[in-house]
Amino acid sequence: MGFENRVIKFLLNQTEYQLRDIDPNTTVLDYLREHLHFVGTKEGCASGDCGACTVVVGEPCDDKIYYKSINSCITPVGSLHGKQLITVEHLKQGKQLHPVQQAMVNCHGSQCGFCTPGFVMSMFAYRKNNVRPERQSVIEALGGNLCRCTGYKPIIEAAMQMYRSPLEDQFSLAESSVVEKLKAIRQQQATAELSAAGKTYFAPDNVAALADILLKYPQAKLVAGGTDLILDITQFLKEIEVLVSTSRVEELKLVEETESAIELGAAVTYIEARQALIAQYPDLHELIDRLGSRQIRNQGTIGGNVGNASPIGDMPPVLIALGASLVLRRGDESRQIPVEDYFIAYKKTALQDSEFIERIIVPKAKPEVQFRAYKISKRLEDDISASCGAFRLQLDDGLVKSIDIAFGGMAEIPKRATHCEQALIGQPWNDSTVRNAMIELEKDFTPLSDFRASADYRLKVSQNLLYRLYLELQSSAEQMRVTHYG
Amino acid sequence: MAKSSGVAQVNGLAGQGVKHESAHKHVSGEAVYVDDQLAPANVLYAYVGLSTVAHGRVTRLDLSRVKAAEGVVEILTLDDVPGHKDIGPVFPGDPLMVNEGGEIEFYGQVLFAVAATSQRLARSAARLAEVEYDTLEADVRIEQGLDRNSFVRPSHTQKCGDATQALRDADHRLQGEMHIGGQEQMYLEGQASLCIPAEDDGMLVYTSSQNPTEGQKLIAEVLNVPINRVTVDMRRMGGGFGGKETHANQWACLAALLARKTGRAVKIRLARADDMLATGKRHHFFTRYEVGFNDDGRIAGLDMELSGGCGMSPDLSDAIVDRAMFHSDNAYFLPAAHIVGHRVKTHTVTNTAFRGFGGPQGMVSIENIIDNIARALGRDPLEIRKCNFYGDDDNRNVTHYGQKVEQHIIPDLVDRLEKTSDYQLRRRQITAFNKINTVFKKGLALTPVKFGISFTVTHLNQAGALIHIYTDGSIHLNHGGTEMGQGLFTKVAQIVANEFQVDIDTINCTATRTDKVPNASPTAASSGSDLNGMAARDAAQKIKRRMVMFAVEHFGVREDEVIFADNQVSIGDEVMRFSEFAQLVYMNRVSLSATGYYRTPKIHYDRETAKGRPFYYYANGAAVSEVLIDTLTGENKVLRVDICQDVGDSINPAIDIGQVEGAFIQGMGWLTTEELVWGEDGRLQTMNMAGYKIPAIGDTPPEFNVELLPDSPNLEATIFHSKAVGEPPLMLAISVWSAIRDAISSIKDYRYSPSLDAPATPERILAACEEMQDR
Ligand SMILES: Cc1cc2nc3c(=O)[nH]c(=O)nc-3n(C[C@H](O)[C@H](O)[C@H](O)COP(=O)(O)OP(=O)(O)OC[C@H]3O[C@@H](n4cnc5c(N)ncnc54)[C@H](O)[C@@H]3O)c2cc1C
Ligand code: FES
Ligand code: FES
Repeated sequence: MGFENRVIKFLLNQTEYQLRDIDPNTTVLDYLREHLHFVGTKEGCASGDCGACTVVVGEPCDDKIYYKSINSCITPVGSLHGKQLITVEHLKQGKQLHPVQQAMVNCHGSQCGFCTPGFVMSMFAYRKNNVRPERQSVIEALGGNLCRCTGYKPIIEAAMQMYRSPLEDQFSLAESSVVEKLKAIRQQQATAELSAAGKTYFAPDNVAALADILLKYPQAKLVAGGTDLILDITQFLKEIEVLVSTSRVEELKLVEETESAIELGAAVTYIEARQALIAQYPDLHELIDRLGSRQIRNQGTIGGNVGNASPIGDMPPVLIALGASLVLRRGDESRQIPVEDYFIAYKKTALQDSEFIERIIVPKAKPEVQFRAYKISKRLEDDISASCGAFRLQLDDGLVKSIDIAFGGMAEIPKRATHCEQALIGQPWNDSTVRNAMIELEKDFTPLSDFRASADYRLKVSQNLLYRLYLELQSSAEQMRVTHYG
Repeated sequence: MAKSSGVAQVNGLAGQGVKHESAHKHVSGEAVYVDDQLAPANVLYAYVGLSTVAHGRVTRLDLSRVKAAEGVVEILTLDDVPGHKDIGPVFPGDPLMVNEGGEIEFYGQVLFAVAATSQRLARSAARLAEVEYDTLEADVRIEQGLDRNSFVRPSHTQKCGDATQALRDADHRLQGEMHIGGQEQMYLEGQASLCIPAEDDGMLVYTSSQNPTEGQKLIAEVLNVPINRVTVDMRRMGGGFGGKETHANQWACLAALLARKTGRAVKIRLARADDMLATGKRHHFFTRYEVGFNDDGRIAGLDMELSGGCGMSPDLSDAIVDRAMFHSDNAYFLPAAHIVGHRVKTHTVTNTAFRGFGGPQGMVSIENIIDNIARALGRDPLEIRKCNFYGDDDNRNVTHYGQKVEQHIIPDLVDRLEKTSDYQLRRRQITAFNKINTVFKKGLALTPVKFGISFTVTHLNQAGALIHIYTDGSIHLNHGGTEMGQGLFTKVAQIVANEFQVDIDTINCTATRTDKVPNASPTAASSGSDLNGMAARDAAQKIKRRMVMFAVEHFGVREDEVIFADNQVSIGDEVMRFSEFAQLVYMNRVSLSATGYYRTPKIHYDRETAKGRPFYYYANGAAVSEVLIDTLTGENKVLRVDICQDVGDSINPAIDIGQVEGAFIQGMGWLTTEELVWGEDGRLQTMNMAGYKIPAIGDTPPEFNVELLPDSPNLEATIFHSKAVGEPPLMLAISVWSAIRDAISSIKDYRYSPSLDAPATPERILAACEEMQDR
């Protein structure tokens, strides 16, 4: 790691910027607003919840740029390395509004206007990634942008109307030159680094280098998408001395399919993993699309979701129920453990110093096995689960041949419902067995009461989720989720 | 539509759906909010230290570690305040800070402020204070305060007829109680101010505030200088919703004090969690009632007690609980009523204005009762609503506070909506759906809104404006109202454009400033365009009159031969551009600048007798909502909404529809997902957007039809016979809550009325479903 490595290079729109002496704990939002006085991007929460700070990041993908919306408020500046950053200031050309902006004006999509730059950027990314608009996917793309004024209807209309102008814009014209510039930056350094204010950010591009850095800095904090970790900086005002990013590590970005499993690198984001997972388990579609918001899914990783060992993460119960395992690595050594063994106690994991999650191995679906995952939250979009239940079930001749049930939100760690499973296994799959197993759930969990839900509700709704599973597998006559309506 | 000459050449006259004046700046990021403002060199960043108990005495406040922290330049405690130390807006009770020895009355109360060289350093330093407390028992819930008779202001009673006797004589009686949750304003732009010290003890203040005049006065008072030394400048807010009516003041005062103390510009901006902890919200209410009604469904008498949870101080609670009482009839005639309003003190942040200002809580209370009557009689709630509407017959037209309902819009509006929404057909379809579905239930409800327009504090019903016309014909406009997204600047500019018959882009409406229009009222109570529009028109008419009189004299024509049209002025046979005419008027030494003024006529209210005419007029509307609930989980979805809203003759239909849609969704959030939860220790637990859930885009009903009631001019002489639109439609969302109850009620064939506190979260809905199943 020579001195020449100690720089973060990125494109602000078309112009190359180099960061050398900026505190690596600085977020992209603060960098834009406080350092560059680019104040078009707003702060509404600094916690990833409102989308006012949405910017678009472009990354080379073959000879194209892949554009994604992210929350600049919880993104460390170092993560911009090798990327193109586009903010609301870059859309208008001279006096000419971009089609996205013009559509918002035409549809009366802004009132106070504070959420508007964020919406514009999310819509811009949507327009880049979809050749035509469709209500459901517009909602999926904008679920992380809150507006307190409009009630959203004119914004949905604007998202439809922005397709009336040709899709080509100044960014498509510059695309190939941007690809080249970014590729050049990416080739220059194996490990990008930013050191200032006594803090360092490392972004290695291969797993061996990552393992080395972690050995060298056992106190380092791993950061993948940062959608969880960076809140420590913005909300709790922590100073993190050494940040090691997995987001450039090539091996950790792979989604591979083997004969029996889907293998996800630990730095694979929800959006990147979505296709492969849904192909195996179509029912994950709803859970993934309701996990966080589009911005969070663009940034956040499944590795980070397991890594932070939160009791309310949505993927851990899914992975436990699916019998997934983790490959953990420390230096050159690797070991494989079932996901459920990773969680030991509240926020305590099986991870040793300098060890990290390398891969997540998800067994493939089998035709005779059914899988369902249900998320319960106050708000349907972008909300943390009060309870999240995942169920894998195989029936044989009306009997329960195998069953895996795990819940999030119900205990201090994501946990298997052992008693409940026991009450089902080998039993006839009928109303009375299921009702009995629902009661057994009381032995598995003594959930907490908090502002999201009371202990009573958590337990009751989790029991009822098992009943929903029963009903869903019984018949397809009734649509069984509110999300299927309207 | 408002009377414009109907000439297409003039763009942006009253009645046209012109775009928000800042729309192009919103979308390009060019619209400047307080925190975006280019700050002077050496600006300091202020932050506050907050209490961590709900009730107690500060026994030790040691700021030495704060002082020593990196970047810290100055510290401010209550002792450093040269002037007033209490910033209560109407009544005292809101100390600017609490010192050692002082009493803390809510978790998150300001102890001190610090100024440092960056926002982050200031925030970090503020956390270093060493504070100890003698903790006292805290009343966190309304019942606790109520049990102790602990009130921030005296209770108030409104009566008509003999409610006791009416209850006794009625065919049926019902009683019940209900909790109604509060609501966080959640303006997307948090509280922010920038104060720049000036000569002669002056202070220039940029603040995100709905009430620049009050901010100006309080800043002058804490600084101990005359009001004329302080200028407040307010271009736009990133949302206010009432949350910046009085609760913007404290931050501006603190920054001003630090600016005075350091001689440097000081900016303050609250992080979201602190904003939510330290600023007031919509009042939560606890309502108890007993109602008597007859076999025909008509209410005979009502005894209702409305207890508003005010938090630790009066703030605006007197008027807010009054407004809840004024709306406890909603659209229904109460032949005999006894309505009591309590202002309950709790050890939580003082609650404040929020769109509707108590009205929603009063209204949901009576709508609850109407639903309950319907179930008791086995009738569709819509029938019960209809038979209780105010009407001209049988003297059913005077409210319980003595105001006569003069314009009966609701009966016809409801009939119209019932048809356009296919209410009856859908009612049958939904009943059929509920018969065959065991897990999913649908609900349908039509609820009306009759909302009184005017500040109930009479003196606030006045406004001023200032207009200059320059020699190129461009017009400069100022008025006392503030722009928070509601489109006020656009509407007032349209009104002025209309007077001169010039394009709206001829008019530049700049920041609201206390040195341009003095002694302005807060922009609140939906009064923005009613008041400021009239004041601006007055100013425009004064100038226009001078221009006309000049033309009469100069060209020797009659007054009626001077016509403003099509961006031109025709004077007899002569036609010239408006700009040319302005130049000519100037050359002939006639003033092209004027102030305008307006005060609302007719209104009065006597608190002694609890009678009067507090409202100039009523704004009306109704909504039909259809919902779906999952009886296994309590999850729910609003499937379709149809609205008809009476805005009189709309000044700007596009903006009005935006207000209706936005208010509806905000009201829906209040009644469904937005839940404020306090711990027993009095700490707000839902203190960020991760825990407190306002509606997201997917909550917008897939079918959402909004109509402005056509051909229904305001009978009162309001600006172009329009009606206020800011608050009323929020209460249309009561239809969602009522529809959820309808769905729950279907579990037992609509025989019982579920009790369902607000907000109707999935958890509450599931509990209500289970209760219903067990009946
Ligand atoms: C607005 C918002 C909404 C959210 N909604 C949801 C939701 O609905 N459901 C949900 O489950 N979560 C949600 N989250 C939480 C979070 O986004 C997810 O848990 C996400 O998957 C975290 O991934 P990340 O890559 O961003 O993690 P990071 O923040 O980068 O890291 C999280 C933790 O994991 C550790 N870590 C990261 N990579 C590794 C690795 N390879 N090996 C070991 N440890 C590692 C980090 O050190 C850190 O402690 C939400 C967050 C926000 C801000
Ligand atoms: S500021 Fe709210 S998501 Fe970033
Ligand atoms: S326009 Fe105000 S928050 Fe969206």
